[in-house]
Amino acid sequence: MTEEVLEEKGVGRQSRIVPKEVIMKVVFIVAAAVFILAVITICVFIFVQAFPALKEIGLFKFLFGDEWYPTDESNPRFGIAPMIVGSVYITGGALIIGVPIGFLTAVFMARYCPKPVYKVMKPITNILAGIPSIVYGYFGLMVIVPFVRETFGGDGMSILTASIVLGIMILPTIISVSENAIRAVPKSYYEGAIALGATKERAIFRTEVPAAKSGIVTSIILGLGRVIGETMAVVMICGNQARFPDEITDGVRTMTANIVLEMSYADTGSLHEGALIATAAVLFVFILIITALVALIRKKSK
Amino acid sequence: MASNTLTLGREPENQPEIDVSKIVSINRVSFKDKLKSYAKKPFSMAIMLLVMLAALITAGAVVWILLHTLLQGVPHLSLKMFSWTWTRENLSIMPALINTLVIAGLALVIAVPIGVFAAIFMVEYAKSTNIFVKIVRMAAETLSGIPSIVYGIFGNIFFVAMFGYCLLSGVFTVTLMILPLIMRTTEESLLAVPDSFREGSYALGAGKLRTIFVIILPSAMSGIISGIILGLGRIVGETAALIFTAGSPVNAAHASGLFSSGCTLSVFLYSLMSEGEHVHEAWATAVVLILLVVIINGLAEFVGNKLKKEY
Repeated sequence: MTEEVLEEKGVGRQSRIVPKEVIMKVVFIVAAAVFILAVITICVFIFVQAFPALKEIGLFKFLFGDEWYPTDESNPRFGIAPMIVGSVYITGGALIIGVPIGFLTAVFMARYCPKPVYKVMKPITNILAGIPSIVYGYFGLMVIVPFVRETFGGDGMSILTASIVLGIMILPTIISVSENAIRAVPKSYYEGAIALGATKERAIFRTEVPAAKSGIVTSIILGLGRVIGETMAVVMICGNQARFPDEITDGVRTMTANIVLEMSYADTGSLHEGALIATAAVLFVFILIITALVALIRKKSK
Repeated sequence: MASNTLTLGREPENQPEIDVSKIVSINRVSFKDKLKSYAKKPFSMAIMLLVMLAALITAGAVVWILLHTLLQGVPHLSLKMFSWTWTRENLSIMPALINTLVIAGLALVIAVPIGVFAAIFMVEYAKSTNIFVKIVRMAAETLSGIPSIVYGIFGNIFFVAMFGYCLLSGVFTVTLMILPLIMRTTEESLLAVPDSFREGSYALGAGKLRTIFVIILPSAMSGIISGIILGLGRIVGETAALIFTAGSPVNAAHASGLFSSGCTLSVFLYSLMSEGEHVHEAWATAVVLILLVVIINGLAEFVGNKLKKEY
């Protein structure tokens, strides 16, 4: 066959430009570019809108000021330090409750669980992941709040309450990511340890868990991201007082709760609204740091 | 026995009889042995008990939340909750339910093509070392990490500034939220399609585009659909991103149009909660919400597992 015939039959098509193919390739690239565009737009809009308010209040005063009186006529004060502290306390509390339980459950799911039990446990944790946060909030308000009030005193809406509810909320994240990490450890690690006379627990916790460390740490950071950004569950149960707490039965206000509570009545274009958007910007920075951390760990473990 | 005699030429009586019950495999550990070894290593036993306890707590928490919600809510489920028009007496969830479905449907219509196309680009066209691909992946990870309240604020200062408080602003906001989910699930299912499919298609003379739409996408369909259903579940449960975009007028008698504000089911539950007067109705709404999400997620898993073809 001569070259002309080959070309006619469509062999060596790569060299010929087919308009349909090119157009669709561009469409695919544009679709991918939408992701970049979305992130940039979100960043720009939130930071640009937060900037005037931050400038007027002063970044230092905003981040470290401990008084939040946004509607004070003569002297409005915008300090979100109590909210940052509140978010940190609740995040810490939720991790203290959620991480040990989640991690040990992940070990159970990966290494102890007989198959029939697994078939029940897996959907159960998936259901936990699917329950809307507003329902967690309502459950916390109606069940955990009275429980904490009767057991530990105070009015029930407290750091402790929020930590318990959010601790349960992050279980599915921690369980599924940690479980996958533990399952990804080669079986030979476990077998080697058993062959050397280790008990099952020793084999799992001294050989497999260290090998799965990066996955487990990732699961904890993902859980942390979820807690710090959680809004609807927290706002119902954390008490929402913008002050530094003394005890874990005291109420606090988180950054997220601050936004939800006041956004609806802040006047459009006012400094108050600007301060709330700036709160969202601070939250966004927290999340960006967390995302970067996860990416870093993933890169390192590869 | 007959074959034994034939092949080996041996009399059956000559074979020593083996008592099967006396065979002991050396690597088998009975329950009693386990107990014995745990008694020798109390620390191991403590760890084992902790692991069991943790699993019990997890399962207990789920059962507790589900049972409590069902027990409180199911007795108060009634037909009047589903009547077409909302009044202060019946507190019908119907308008909110319809708003939810409208928002979810439209958001999926926008997000699915973008997410799927982006995933096609990432898997079929780009090399993973490409800098553009790395940036897209980073962007997707960032998008999936952004808390819903930040989406809400962004929607408020971006979409609401353009369209006002309306369902459409809500649609665009949740579209952004589910984009990374759709892309990730689609990517995973595209990667699961074996390369031999692509090679076979090219060998038969199909172009790249034809290969993608006729061979690869149908093979990856179950994973893509299950990702779409998961996105639906996420929208139905979403609250914080919608309050400040779609608005929260609970006293609307009917489902709202695209350009007027309306509350979704979860926003409706939030306002019931904040008022604090309608405890029973709130529980019943929570039941509807949970059932909806559990059914949707179950469907996603079912589609993902049952329709999955093993290659």
